[in-house]
Amino acid sequence: MAAIELRRLTKVYPGGVKALDALDLVIPDGEFFALLGPSGCGKTTLLRTIAGLETATGGAVVIGDRDVTSVQPGGRDIAMVFQDYALFPHMDVTDNVAYPLRIKKVAKAERHRRAGEVAARLGLERLMDRRPGQLSGGQQQRVALARVMATQAQAFLFDEPLSNLDARLRLEARTFLKKLQRELGVTTVFVTHDQAEALAMADRMAVMEAGVIRQIGTPAEVFQRPANTFVAGFIGSTPMNLLDAVVRGDTLEVAGCAVPVPDAAAGLLADGEKVVYGVRPEYNAYAPKPADGSSEGALAGKVVIVENLGASHLVTLDVNDVTVQAVVPEGSEPAVGDEGFAAPRRDRALVYRDGELVTR
Amino acid sequence: MTRFVLGRIGFYTLIAVLLAFFTIPLLWLASAPLTSDPTYEVRVPDFTFDNFQAILEHPYALPSLYNSLLLSVGTALLVVALSALAAYALSRVRLPGRDALLYALLLLSSIITGTAAMVPLFQLAVELGLIDSQLGLILILSGGLLPAAIFMLKDFMDSTPKSYEESARVFGASPLQIVAHVVVPLVRPGLATIAVWAVANVWGNFLMPYLLLSDVEKQPAAVIMYTLYTEGGQANLRLLSTFGLLYSVPVVLMYLFVSKKYGFRFHGGIKR
Ligand SMILES: Nc1ncnc2c1ncn2[C@@H]1O[C@H](COP(=O)(O)OP(=O)(O)OP(=O)(O)O)[C@@H](O)[C@H]1O
Ligand SMILES: [Mg+2]
Repeated sequence: MAAIELRRLTKVYPGGVKALDALDLVIPDGEFFALLGPSGCGKTTLLRTIAGLETATGGAVVIGDRDVTSVQPGGRDIAMVFQDYALFPHMDVTDNVAYPLRIKKVAKAERHRRAGEVAARLGLERLMDRRPGQLSGGQQQRVALARVMATQAQAFLFDEPLSNLDARLRLEARTFLKKLQRELGVTTVFVTHDQAEALAMADRMAVMEAGVIRQIGTPAEVFQRPANTFVAGFIGSTPMNLLDAVVRGDTLEVAGCAVPVPDAAAGLLADGEKVVYGVRPEYNAYAPKPADGSSEGALAGKVVIVENLGASHLVTLDVNDVTVQAVVPEGSEPAVGDEGFAAPRRDRALVYRDGELVTR
Repeated sequence: MTRFVLGRIGFYTLIAVLLAFFTIPLLWLASAPLTSDPTYEVRVPDFTFDNFQAILEHPYALPSLYNSLLLSVGTALLVVALSALAAYALSRVRLPGRDALLYALLLLSSIITGTAAMVPLFQLAVELGLIDSQLGLILILSGGLLPAAIFMLKDFMDSTPKSYEESARVFGASPLQIVAHVVVPLVRPGLATIAVWAVANVWGNFLMPYLLLSDVEKQPAAVIMYTLYTEGGQANLRLLSTFGLLYSVPVVLMYLFVSKKYGFRFHGGIKR
C-alpha cells in the first residue's frame, strides 16, 4: 500500500488544451479518495496521468516514496478499472482475472488457483467459464474488480466504475465497493461526476473545475462549507441559494429583506460591502406565517413552484423578483400562489466575498 | 392487372437470363469433366472418370496445384503478419501525414504488381537473383497486396476500443504481448478476411508467375492451365475442364471454412 502525491502536475494536450494546471494533491495511504467535477474538467486526465497512460507535461507523480513520473504504466504498481471495464471479450472470467498474473509469468495452475480465490471473494465462482459478453453489467463490474485485486497493486484507480450500471444496481455496487475498499485497505482514487456517489463513498474528495482543484475535504466539509461559489453551486442534490447581498451593520440586505449575518462570517464583514449570501434549501426553514409573529430574519415571498422530491418538497419562492428555494417536509407543503416565509439557519448560512467563502 | 402480370413476367425473364448467364459456365464446369468427349455445350455427363485419370497422369498438373498452394499460403501468411503489425502501428501512433501516406501507398500498389511495372519488376528480380525463385515471387506478390491489406486492417483496428490495450498496459504487458494477447484475438475476423483475400488473389494470378518463373516445375496452376492444349493446338477441353474443376475446389472450400468460422467483415467493431 502506498500514498499518492502529485506535485504541480500539469498536462497540456497536443492542440493546447490545458487539462491539468499545476495541481497539488496528497492522498494518504489507504484512503478512498473521490475526484468530482463537471464534464471536461480533467478528472479522467488526472487519473490517466497518475496511471501513466498520459505523460505529464510538467510536475511529478509520486507513489509510495518513488517518483514515477517517467515510469511506464506497468512499472508503477497500480491497477486501473476503466469506465467500460475493458474485460477482454475473447477470454473467460478465469483468464481475465488471471491476466495480470500471466504478465507476471505466474505458472498457469497457480494463477488459475489465485484467480479462483479472488473471484470467490466477489461471489463469481459460478461464472468462471463465461465470457464477458455473457455477463450482466454488475457481474462485469465485479470481474473487473477481481482482476485489479489479483494484481495486488499499491493503489487502485477507478474511472467512473459505476456509471454503466442502472440506478438500482449502482446503489448496491456503491455499498459493496466501499466495503471492499475498507477490507483491502488499498489506496483508491475514483472518478465520478455523480456527487451523491462521491459524498456517500469517499473518505475525502476533491472538486475540480477546468484543471484545478477548487476544494479538498471530507464529504461533510464539502457539503456543509463549500469553499467557493463554484463548489457551492455544484454540490448538493438541489443547488444552494446564492443571493446577492449588501452588509448593513449586523444584518444582510438580501432581496429586499434583512437577514442576520451568519455565524461563520460574524465580525468579518465591513458595512456596505457587496457579498453573496448562500444557504442550502435544506437549511432554509419554510413557514406559511412568520415564526414569532414578525417577519424579521426571514425572506418573505410568494410560492411559484412546488416540486415533489419524494419524502419532501422543494418550494420555490419569488422574493421581490429574486428566486429562493426551500425544502419542506411532506405534508406541510404550500400551494402555488401562497404567501410564504423562508428563514435561513444562521449556523448553516454562508457568505462569499469575490466567490470565496468568508470564514475564520 | 395485365400490365402488372406482364411486368412480373418480364422481370422474372430478365432474372432468369441473368442467372443463366452465371450458372451455365458453372454447370459446364461441373459436367464437362465427367463427360468423355466434352464440347463447349453443357450436356448431361456420362459419368466417366477418364478425364481425372488423364489429369493425374499429366506431369505438371498436380505439382502445379501444390505450387499454387505454396505461393498463396506463403503470401497470405506474410501479408497477414506484416499488415497486422503495420496497421496496428498506423492505427495507434499519430504520425504527421499518416493518411496521405496510406493513400499514396494504396495508389502505388495498384501499379506495382500491375502490367505497367512488368519490365522494371523483371529487372529487379534479375538483379536480386530472385528470378525463377518461388520465394522471390512470394515477396513481390506480398509487396503488391500489402498496401490494400494495411488499409483494410487499419480501418478494422481503428474501430476496436483502445481501453483493452490500455488495460493490458497498466498490468505491465509489453507492446508485443499486447499485440499477441489482445489485439490479434480482437481483430481475428479481419485477419481471416485478409488471408482469404490474399490466397484468392495469388491463386488467380497468372501474369506474375508467368513472368518471373521460368522453370515449368515451379509454375502454379493458373499458368499450367494455359498449357493444356492438344497436339493440334486446340484447347484440350477434357483436361481443361477437369483441371479447372480441381483448380476451383480449394478456393471454394477455403471460403466456406473461413466464412463459417469467422464470418467476413471488412469493418471491425466488437459487439459490446
Ligand atoms: N486526447 C486528448 N486530446 C486533446 N484534448 C483532450 C484529450 N483528452 C481530453 N482532452 C480535453 O481535456 C479536457 C479534460 O478532459 P477529461 O477527459 O479529463 O475530462 P473529464 O473530467 O474526465 O470529463 P467527463 O466527466 O466528461 O469524463 C477536456 O477539455 C477534453 O476536451
Ligand atoms: Mg472522464
